[in-house]
Amino acid sequence: MLESIVFYTLATLIIGFGVLVVTTRNTVHCVLFLVANFLCVAMIYVLLAAEFLAIIQILVYAGGIVVLYLFVVMLVNLQRQPATAPGRRPQARAGFALAAVMLAELSAILVFSASHPASVAAAAPPAPSGMGNTTMVGLLLYSDYLVPFEVASMLLLVAMVGAIILARKDA
Amino acid sequence: MPLTPITPYHYLVLSAALFSIGVVGVMVRRNIIIVLMSIELMLNAVNINLATFSYQLHDGAGQVFAMFIIAVAAAEAAVGLGIILAFYRNKETLNIDEMNTMRW
Amino acid sequence: MTSSYLVPLLKIVVILNAVLVSVTFMTLLERKVIAWVQVRLGPMRVGPYGSLQPIADAIKLLLKEDITPARADKWVFTLAPIVAMVPALIGFAVIPFDREASFFGYRVSLFVADINVGLLYLVSITSIGVYGIILAGYASNSKFPLLAGLRASAQLISYEIAITMMLVSIVVMAGTLSMVGIIDAQYNAHVWYMFVQPVAFVILFIGGLAETNRAPFDLPEAEQELTGGYHTEYSGMRFALFFLAEYANMIVVSSVATTLFVGGWLRPFPNVQWLGVLDYVPGWLWFLLKTFVFIYVFLWIRATLPRYRYDQLMRLGWKVLIPLGIANLIVTATLKVLF
Repeated sequence: MLESIVFYTLATLIIGFGVLVVTTRNTVHCVLFLVANFLCVAMIYVLLAAEFLAIIQILVYAGGIVVLYLFVVMLVNLQRQPATAPGRRPQARAGFALAAVMLAELSAILVFSASHPASVAAAAPPAPSGMGNTTMVGLLLYSDYLVPFEVASMLLLVAMVGAIILARKDA
Repeated sequence: MPLTPITPYHYLVLSAALFSIGVVGVMVRRNIIIVLMSIELMLNAVNINLATFSYQLHDGAGQVFAMFIIAVAAAEAAVGLGIILAFYRNKETLNIDEMNTMRW
Repeated sequence: MTSSYLVPLLKIVVILNAVLVSVTFMTLLERKVIAWVQVRLGPMRVGPYGSLQPIADAIKLLLKEDITPARADKWVFTLAPIVAMVPALIGFAVIPFDREASFFGYRVSLFVADINVGLLYLVSITSIGVYGIILAGYASNSKFPLLAGLRASAQLISYEIAITMMLVSIVVMAGTLSMVGIIDAQYNAHVWYMFVQPVAFVILFIGGLAETNRAPFDLPEAEQELTGGYHTEYSGMRFALFFLAEYANMIVVSSVATTLFVGGWLRPFPNVQWLGVLDYVPGWLWFLLKTFVFIYVFLWIRATLPRYRYDQLMRLGWKVLIPLGIANLIVTATLKVLF
């Protein structure tokens, strides 16, 4: 019961902030709505019993990536006027049409799979192992997914070096 | 009115809606920073999807995949914003309609 | 069912009230300590020995004219102090004051929540706190606060990395991310982590000073630099909120240092039986005493050390503390595996 109230509230907030991100003129307000969106998504992860993922979402996404966006927006957008309205361009209509088609297709997939429940093999819940979500994710990361973990760290190193070189003023 | 219990399908519908909003943002907006932010919205929708299936199938792999997506999104945001800064220093515009020449 | 919501709610009310009262009186404590260091007396007029000075300050700030700069972004201008204050307050949800205490016959645990990612929760709340400063600098629609805000947030995110490395070393030692679990690990290991991880302790202290914009790292808000920093255009209660947020952050950092390094609610020598007479002092009193010592050291450092220049500050964060933190982590992990 409480879970339903929390979920519907969070879902409304997520969709609401998402629409506001996409439609606001002022870029700084867009970034703030994006932060609010990410915080609500982190709460959805807590509902899905993924606490470590929720904290990583707040720490990395809301506390790192969006701060980076905010820095760039402030360094770049200072003297600019807000962008003019897109108007009736054919590209805008194509955008809305594409999104409607995608939403229809995803809903069709969901309705189909909801009416054929036997196609998904119901996994039996494993015996409660007493270890938390963090321990389970940590064990998985270091045993089954060790190679992607190392590759991801290489990727982050390359991205860090690349970002520094790209954003540096040529002396 | 008694509320129905929350099945994983509710989360999947939420994820589909968020993804479509992100698609609208990428296609309609002209400011490149807002386009990048809409891409982040789409990545978040995918993450919600993965976390839902991880919850339903009791397999931790979904959460691990979502964490890798977060790491890759961080890398992409850093490099993308670096490119935008370098471009802005040269041409003083953020409108992607005007980013259409290879040299000027 | 109501009691399972009522007790945490009461705890939240009590902790929030206690924190808000302590931050107001911490302003008085700071002025008194700095005054005594400088061989003068500090506030002495209001109340006996100046003890009602915070109330006078609060009345003054509430009655001030509320100025919003012209063409400033009104919503963000109002939002920035709130975004600065809220992370400082919600960090207290995971700080354990004692394992259990009895009030009026009920045994209740003296922390609001013991989530098993408690330490990581505190780090993520700190990274949200950066927004208050950036938004305050942006919303003032003026060059000096904007530059100061960007400088301050760059300082904060640089020292966050050093602090996170240090916290990971502590987690490697304790084997758990929950705050109560770390205190239990110190009890089981018969030693406070301050003696086992001195490098991490030093990094936490320096990083904590930088994270809370305290001297000697308070360049972004000093009056002589950039005409007052990111809160130049703020007046009245909004200005007060920034300072209260800074003091609340200071209490959070001191509490985290107490929990991680000096054993939280454990009395000195908790495993030595013949010192059992110290058990009559309740655990939360030990916790508050140790936290007070750390807060006093924060104030003492402010009265003593000169300010760092911005490039020296960033050099210290990136070139000294982060390599030191990583080296500490590698050594800790290696020794933990070998023994």
